[in-house]
Amino acid sequence: MSVTLRDVDHVAKLANLSFSDEEKQTLVGELNAILDYMEQLNELDTSNVDPLSHVIELSNVFRDDELKPGLSREEALRNAPQRSEKFFKVPKVLGDR
Amino acid sequence: MNPTYESIRRSIESGETSCETITAEMLGAIDDRPGLNAFLAVFRENAIARAREVDRKFRDGTAGRLAGMVVAVKDVLCLRGERVTCGSKILESFESLYDATAVSRLLNEDVIVIGKTNMDEFAMGSSSEHSAFGPVLNPVDSTRVPGGSSSGSGAAVAAGMAHTALGTDTGGSIRQPAAFCGVVGMKPTYGRVSRYGLVALSSSFDQIGPFAHSTADAARVLQVIAGKDDADSTTSQDPVPDYLASLTKDVRGLRIGIPEEFLKEGICDDVLAAFHRAVDRLKEAGAKISNVRLPHARYHIATYYILMTAEASSNLARFDGARYGYRSPRAKDLQEMYLLSRSEGFGQEVKRRIMLGTYVLSAGYYDAYYLKGQRVRRLIQSDFLEAFRAVDALLMPTTPTTAFRFGEKASDPLQMYLSDVFTVSANLAGTPAISVPAGNDSEGLPIGIQVMGKHFDEATVLKVGDFLEEEVT
Repeated sequence: MSVTLRDVDHVAKLANLSFSDEEKQTLVGELNAILDYMEQLNELDTSNVDPLSHVIELSNVFRDDELKPGLSREEALRNAPQRSEKFFKVPKVLGDR
Repeated sequence: MNPTYESIRRSIESGETSCETITAEMLGAIDDRPGLNAFLAVFRENAIARAREVDRKFRDGTAGRLAGMVVAVKDVLCLRGERVTCGSKILESFESLYDATAVSRLLNEDVIVIGKTNMDEFAMGSSSEHSAFGPVLNPVDSTRVPGGSSSGSGAAVAAGMAHTALGTDTGGSIRQPAAFCGVVGMKPTYGRVSRYGLVALSSSFDQIGPFAHSTADAARVLQVIAGKDDADSTTSQDPVPDYLASLTKDVRGLRIGIPEEFLKEGICDDVLAAFHRAVDRLKEAGAKISNVRLPHARYHIATYYILMTAEASSNLARFDGARYGYRSPRAKDLQEMYLLSRSEGFGQEVKRRIMLGTYVLSAGYYDAYYLKGQRVRRLIQSDFLEAFRAVDALLMPTTPTTAFRFGEKASDPLQMYLSDVFTVSANLAGTPAISVPAGNDSEGLPIGIQVMGKHFDEATVLKVGDFLEEEVT
């Protein structure tokens, strides 16, 4: 599997990132080098191995469903780049394009 | 020789010194070397005010277990009312709304938080070169990197700017800077310390742990920060044992394993010599040394970087300019706000890892990379579980080399990743590990030796670390 410019464009779109043409070229090279290195995992037959997503065996942790104090609205809005009264404000959703 | 907390506390209690004097000295040490760039924020007035309050508690006889200990906190952990930047432009002006559990537990025992330390952006890096606020210099040799990503925490302790520090370790980010700066650094078992209030990098790997001048002080900090937390359901319910009680210096009969595969990995001569000295000392003291096999050792780095970048790309999706953090002033609509805020706010390495992580999670590649990585992670963990049936602890170098020079690996991300070869394993397996100083190389640069233990057996890890730090240096 080799990463192309088209792949970089596609993944950048998924990740909500934009890059200059020069940066994209660099990324093609770097991603290919790193993914080539990762390819060595294919030497291993893992068809009978379960994926490990959590290193410590834990079962569900339950607690009583009690009301506890959380952040106030004012606190939650304190770091907002832009706000309007009690809301986060963002630029218009529908663009010009 | 740096005094341990025990002796510092004694001199405060005897009236020989005070928390205020100690704190002022440390603020002075920070002012003396601003070029080190270890701190992103220094709490001058607050630290002195707090020190006076703790002095009062000493007089009243109500001083907590770590009263007067001056602590530096990596700027990825929340401290209420203060900024938490994660070394990133995207969070440059973000103010914490609550305390991380690890921080609040230390504050409850009357530590003095002196400041927030510099780091590789979002804890991605091994050199501090990826901080948006400039690199941290290694206090031992300013042409060298201090290690990363908890660069400022390691440097601050080494330079006498704090007694101890908190860092976070996702693939070696506590142990590697500890080794490069010549201090003790420990990553506890996954689930031993609450991650509440830690800005997540890779949720299945991240752990908070201490930097200190001695294993005993690392044990004291761990004692306080470890244990169940209702705010983090992945914390272990197991009781926290008395760690100081395990520091007996008695290693007789202890079974120590040496992972053969690791010693083939291009280790520089001085590091290898220090490692063999440590092995010899343990042997002379009555420990039983044996070789162990970790058959999947050569797959550690690849597995780690697949899973870590996948988790990171998902965790960092929340930075979109809407509710907090940097928002691009150029954005004309919502989609542009996401795209430009992220592209302008994140640094190069963070974007590279988000791209990698997004790629390995994307349709068509998920099975081949991400799921494959999770399967190999199980094989890797099984290797360790198997090894720990025969031994009580594993011994290995912390890093293959001592601190490298600025720029040496910055242009080749893969070379930088490969320098984590001995540290990522503890994060992959979830095991506790410590790095302790083991002398210097021919150029005077610190060498670190790493001890790894079974899940939740921090006591044995600390015991061996404590023994080695006395014997080797």
